[in-house]
Amino acid sequence: MIAEFGLVALWLAAALAGLQLVAGFFGMREGGEQVAALARPAALVQALLCGLSFLALIYLFATTDLSVKLVAANSHSAKPMIFKLAGTWGNHEGSMLLWITVMALAGGLIAALERRLPERTMLATLGAQGFLALGFYAFILFTSNPFERLPLPPVEGNGLNPLLQDIGQAFHPPNLYVGYVGLSVAFSFVVGALLTRQVTPEFARVMRPWVLGAWVFLTIGITAGSYWAYYELGWGGWWFWDPVENAALMPWLAATALLHSVSVLAARDALRAWTVMLGVVAFSMSMVGTFLVRSGILTSVHAFAVDPERGSFILMLLALYIGGALVLFATRAGTVAEGERFSILSREGALVVNNVALSAILGIVLLGTLYPLLTEAFDVRVSVGPPYFNPVAAIFFLPMLVVLAIGPLLRWRGDSFARIRIPVIILAAIAVVTLLAVWLLADIDLLPLLGLALAAMVAVGSVLPLRGRSLRRLPIAVWGMVIAHLGVAVALFGMAADTAFQQERLVAASVGDVIEDGPWQVELRSVKPVAGPNWTAIEADLGLTYKGAPAGEAKPQARSFWSPPTETSEVALVTRWNGQLYAALGNQAEDGRWQLRLWWKPFVTWIWYGGLLIALGGVLSIIGRVSGDLRRRVAARKIADRKADEEALAAGAGA
Amino acid sequence: MKGLRYFLWGLVALAAGLFGLFAYQLTQPKDEFVESAMIGQPIPAFDLRPALESQPGLSSADLADGQPKLVNIFASWCVPCRAEAPQLETLRDSGAEIVGIAIRDRPEDVAAFLQVYGNPFTRVGADDISEVQLSLGSSGVPETFVVDGNGVITYQHIGDIRPEHVPGILARLREAGA
Repeated sequence: MIAEFGLVALWLAAALAGLQLVAGFFGMREGGEQVAALARPAALVQALLCGLSFLALIYLFATTDLSVKLVAANSHSAKPMIFKLAGTWGNHEGSMLLWITVMALAGGLIAALERRLPERTMLATLGAQGFLALGFYAFILFTSNPFERLPLPPVEGNGLNPLLQDIGQAFHPPNLYVGYVGLSVAFSFVVGALLTRQVTPEFARVMRPWVLGAWVFLTIGITAGSYWAYYELGWGGWWFWDPVENAALMPWLAATALLHSVSVLAARDALRAWTVMLGVVAFSMSMVGTFLVRSGILTSVHAFAVDPERGSFILMLLALYIGGALVLFATRAGTVAEGERFSILSREGALVVNNVALSAILGIVLLGTLYPLLTEAFDVRVSVGPPYFNPVAAIFFLPMLVVLAIGPLLRWRGDSFARIRIPVIILAAIAVVTLLAVWLLADIDLLPLLGLALAAMVAVGSVLPLRGRSLRRLPIAVWGMVIAHLGVAVALFGMAADTAFQQERLVAASVGDVIEDGPWQVELRSVKPVAGPNWTAIEADLGLTYKGAPAGEAKPQARSFWSPPTETSEVALVTRWNGQLYAALGNQAEDGRWQLRLWWKPFVTWIWYGGLLIALGGVLSIIGRVSGDLRRRVAARKIADRKADEEALAAGAGA
Repeated sequence: MKGLRYFLWGLVALAAGLFGLFAYQLTQPKDEFVESAMIGQPIPAFDLRPALESQPGLSSADLADGQPKLVNIFASWCVPCRAEAPQLETLRDSGAEIVGIAIRDRPEDVAAFLQVYGNPFTRVGADDISEVQLSLGSSGVPETFVVDGNGVITYQHIGDIRPEHVPGILARLREAGA
């Protein structure tokens, strides 16, 4: 019953998306007032129905209803409840339902609350949002029905991929989807603004919280995903330039450029074409990423069920939406006039550099990700990895960091070099001194060396905008910027320090052996079997000493899950403020010794602290912007009230 | 403004090219795995001691005796190897000759493993340092190679053999001349 109920709700939601599309696009024409009135209610009811459909699926997973194919294929009655629930979206069908649910909720939210834009633009936006949603509903209903029943229910479910049986992983995909959906809302606003030729600062202000929100979620998603790969895959790296990682990185790069661009448009009415283009590109990248991951067209460590039919369907949607938006933009290019002018040495100028650099990095990552696909068409199999991505992306990333340190010091419209000479000299001195000091003291590669120098420079540069200002009266959005930029410096420091100074030991150890790794001494005290709810493992007991002082213990495991049979490496991490000891247990050699892999990774955790700081900056920025918008709205209402009062008074006096 | 318009139409063309590439690749059959560079090559020379007391070991000469064979790379400590054991039995019952290479294993463990999960092998060699495994271009356990009667590798199957893989592997074996 519940499965059928969920399916019916989903079909009805799809029908309402169709209604929203018609009401939006026809309502914005002249004489369309009657249908126009349906657009907002359609979006609201659609959100409700889609939400119910998703709740139905959660219920089926919670009760392990094995007559539903998706539950039987992905769940197991012995699984802990939290992972049963997470199993709802830990698979292709469920994750697509979650995606469309978030999308429907976002559509409902705009329909209910957003009143600042001209109503025609809003209708066009809602129409575009309905159009997007309809495509995704069609995708789910025709290729990936999550509520499909089995003729004969099995006795037991097929488990969840143990690699995904992890609390972090349970919340990782939803987080990314919220980010993608935020970008889809921004995209709808862009389409609405293009259709009604209203690329205005007001449009930018309305779009900004969605872009910021999407960007915060994507930032958290990438940070968490990087940490997940770090401790779950057991390879000790934090970024592999894997296609799935790139699929998440590309929309983030576009969203980062977009949020800077949208701020310029809101504040200065400049960078209109940039904002529109980045709005289209950011959503395109989230779709391209989804396509690459779900179609199985590229090979990756992050396995998803692969089905060429689904791939073709997403590709059709991709061509329809992205192609359509680009053509629309090209035909409307004339109406997206340039906006306000500015000199090269200005805040706007620095942000254009930022946009160009981020777009270039995006292009580089896209090219690297798709290159194997391109050469495969000519029967050459290649794999593109860090030797390409690192140096080529650095060519744009490193100069961008210099601009990041200096840009916030510049004034809008135009500035003179003389005014910012002193801080620029200080920043340059910091970079040069750090570079020389590290170069003299340690023998490390060029990229991490530059990274350390620029991290120091950006760290100081990011707090310079606070200079000479009252910290208590500083707008929250400025705090957001400062903290986010500081986060970039912190993350960069972590990456460079780990790359430059990590120490790895791979040994075959017998019980009782002591291994040295950097400042650590690790004693293999024992190796014994342990059992969990649905796995068994071999666990090593490691006694640790840091610089001669006892520093606790670490217990890495080699775990075997039995449903489905899979082996994973549960690494043990010992975190200090200045880094992490990373221990992974391997196989037993025939002479009874155990393979043990130890890394001392100085300051590696700063990468993720930095990522969280960047996200925190985004959150502060949202709070600052939204409260600013609300204040402005209250002020506007007061002025309108007073005007009405005065008019009433004048009318009374006249009578 | 003209520049922007040209740029945008360029972008449309680029997107169209990209979608074309995607569409083309979607229609291509997809090989999930990194193939061994050894496919089509004669098997490298090796001579492994027996992994069991009851059965002979394996050398490269045994693989060039005119009879196509399956070479199964396995280990007693490998869980997916247990999962594929019934399929190896099916393959043997369908007439395939299967030889095994036990990776980093002890004779008593191999014997116990084959006792519990069945022994489909005519010969089992012991590869204590993964030397032969690596020279075959195999990077994990289990993997299975099809070798023709002249000792040339014609096919590689990565990962455990599931029931649905059995017909394909038998077909490969027939192509190799069985």
